[in-house]
Amino acid sequence: MATAPHHRAGRLTTLAYLFLLLSQNIAALLLLPLVLASAILTLFWIGLPFVILTGTLLRTLADSQRRTLGHLLPKGPIPSAYRPIPPGGLTRRGTTIITDPGTWKDLLWLIAGTANITLIAIPGALIGHALYQLLFALGLAGNALYNTYAPTTLTDQLILLAPSALLLTLGLVLLPPALDIYIRFNRLLLAPSEKARLTARVAHLATSRANTIDTQASEIRRIERDLHDGAQARLVALGMHLGMAEQIVEQDPHTARTMLTEARETTRHALTELRDLVRGIHPPVLVERGLHGAVHALALTHHLPITVTIDLDGRPADPVESAAYFAIAELLTNTAKHAHATQAWIHINHGRNRLVITVTDNGTGGADPAPGSGLAGIRRRLDAFDGTMNITSPPGGPTIVTLEIPCALSSPKTLPSSATD
Amino acid sequence: MRVVIAEDLALLRDGLIRLLEAHDFTVVAAVDNGPDLHTALTEHKPDVAVVDVRLPPTFTDEGLQAAIGARAQIPGLPILVLSQHVEQLYARELLSDAEGGVGYLLKDRVFDIGQFIEAVRRVAAGGTAMDPAVISQLLARQDQSGPLAQLTPREREVLAEMAEGRSNSAIAGRLYITEKAVSKHINNIFTKLDLPPSSDDSRRVLAVLAYLNGQ
Repeated sequence: MATAPHHRAGRLTTLAYLFLLLSQNIAALLLLPLVLASAILTLFWIGLPFVILTGTLLRTLADSQRRTLGHLLPKGPIPSAYRPIPPGGLTRRGTTIITDPGTWKDLLWLIAGTANITLIAIPGALIGHALYQLLFALGLAGNALYNTYAPTTLTDQLILLAPSALLLTLGLVLLPPALDIYIRFNRLLLAPSEKARLTARVAHLATSRANTIDTQASEIRRIERDLHDGAQARLVALGMHLGMAEQIVEQDPHTARTMLTEARETTRHALTELRDLVRGIHPPVLVERGLHGAVHALALTHHLPITVTIDLDGRPADPVESAAYFAIAELLTNTAKHAHATQAWIHINHGRNRLVITVTDNGTGGADPAPGSGLAGIRRRLDAFDGTMNITSPPGGPTIVTLEIPCALSSPKTLPSSATD
Repeated sequence: MRVVIAEDLALLRDGLIRLLEAHDFTVVAAVDNGPDLHTALTEHKPDVAVVDVRLPPTFTDEGLQAAIGARAQIPGLPILVLSQHVEQLYARELLSDAEGGVGYLLKDRVFDIGQFIEAVRRVAAGGTAMDPAVISQLLARQDQSGPLAQLTPREREVLAEMAEGRSNSAIAGRLYITEKAVSKHINNIFTKLDLPPSSDDSRRVLAVLAYLNGQ
């Protein structure tokens, strides 16, 4: 598959990525002595903090190479599967890094850096030299070739053209296979073993499952409390009022009448509470109109003008729709509360088997998914679907939040729409 | 007055039938699902229909769709839509044909029998009956620095009452002011919002609703 990097990137872009890969390899070479030094120091125990530092650096560097390679691979980025570094003491953190097979595989990649650089440098040097000689032959690059050979006649100078053209062709011919070998080789080094991948996956699933169960349990507790203190209590009061009215209706019809009025008011309050509760569990408009209608309805009741564009060829599964709806609602609440925005945009589409939602506002930025914040809550709930949230919110704005939830769409129905609400 | 009722819960349907028949309405059809509702509306062409949004078979917005569909065939067919929750989206869809003879109320409003019957009659007469919840959301949504901010608190109250669909005399009764004062307030509102004056009550309400909906 790696034979055709041009599927994903144009020639010039490929060249740019090549330079990026090369610079990452050079950085890797520079990191190698540090890693070795910290490894030796660990033998005397004092190297542990250095191991944590270099280990983290190594992970970052290897991950950036994985991402860059992802731009040249048709399958996208190479997954990384490290054991999460636990919070806590130096020994615990250091041990996790040292015993992680991922670290050792990365080390191998670090050592292979020289081979990597050579691999790219051969065609690179050929092309570089050929270009220089070509320019020189055309009289555009100084008087002497590498300050040693200065041709005296025009013919001598033009003779240089032939070998330079030959070398340039050779370089260009060698470049794709060299790049191909490079990509294969590095993918082999950087891709996690199946076992590591599955271990990481299981760890992630365990965390997200625990989070989901926690969230659901606390939701159910909240609903129970709301029903208990709200509608249930009001129905008791209602029954009492009706009972008393029944008792006194003959002796004191006037008071009975007041009680009935009160009973009616109590019913109204109970209904309002139940309505709010239902809205928080699963908004009726979501049932009636799906994500499409529900997001439009949400935009209509927001006090900011919100432009909604939705391009979906069907409906996601119910749980995904619900999660997406509540995430959007939460983001809009955040916008209203903190962003000082005057306009917001919601864009929803589906591609590469993912529901992609972008919520943008022109506010002051600085959105921060700190633990305990609404944004962190969204991330936790999306986690149950393997969904992700990306926030771009520089100080001064704008804020762009992108949510991605893997899912398929059902029923091929086209609902393209665009409206300013 | 001939009325069609659509409500899938037997308890509520019977309650509505009893309520309306006690107020001199003749229930010509009481249906419990969307397709039957559409047939009843187009065949009976009732003076007014009272319709629940959520009906079988899909239990989504079957009733609303049937209402909008029937009004597309018979323009201005008076329909009062009832629901457990109000959505600006639905209010907007119901009002979009600018025909009048439309109501959209929370089911709780049935508690106040007098007002509910008045709303049914108003819709039957080609007026509108919008739920206070819809109107207060619309008013809250309008930009505070916009023309709406120029209204006095009293004018705002009158505007809300008018948008719900009430006549001048009803507004006067509810706000304890004279009808003359009401029409003075309304004139001021129309001037401040830059709306064309209209002597027709229901046209006037529709203009206000269209303005609030930003259409």
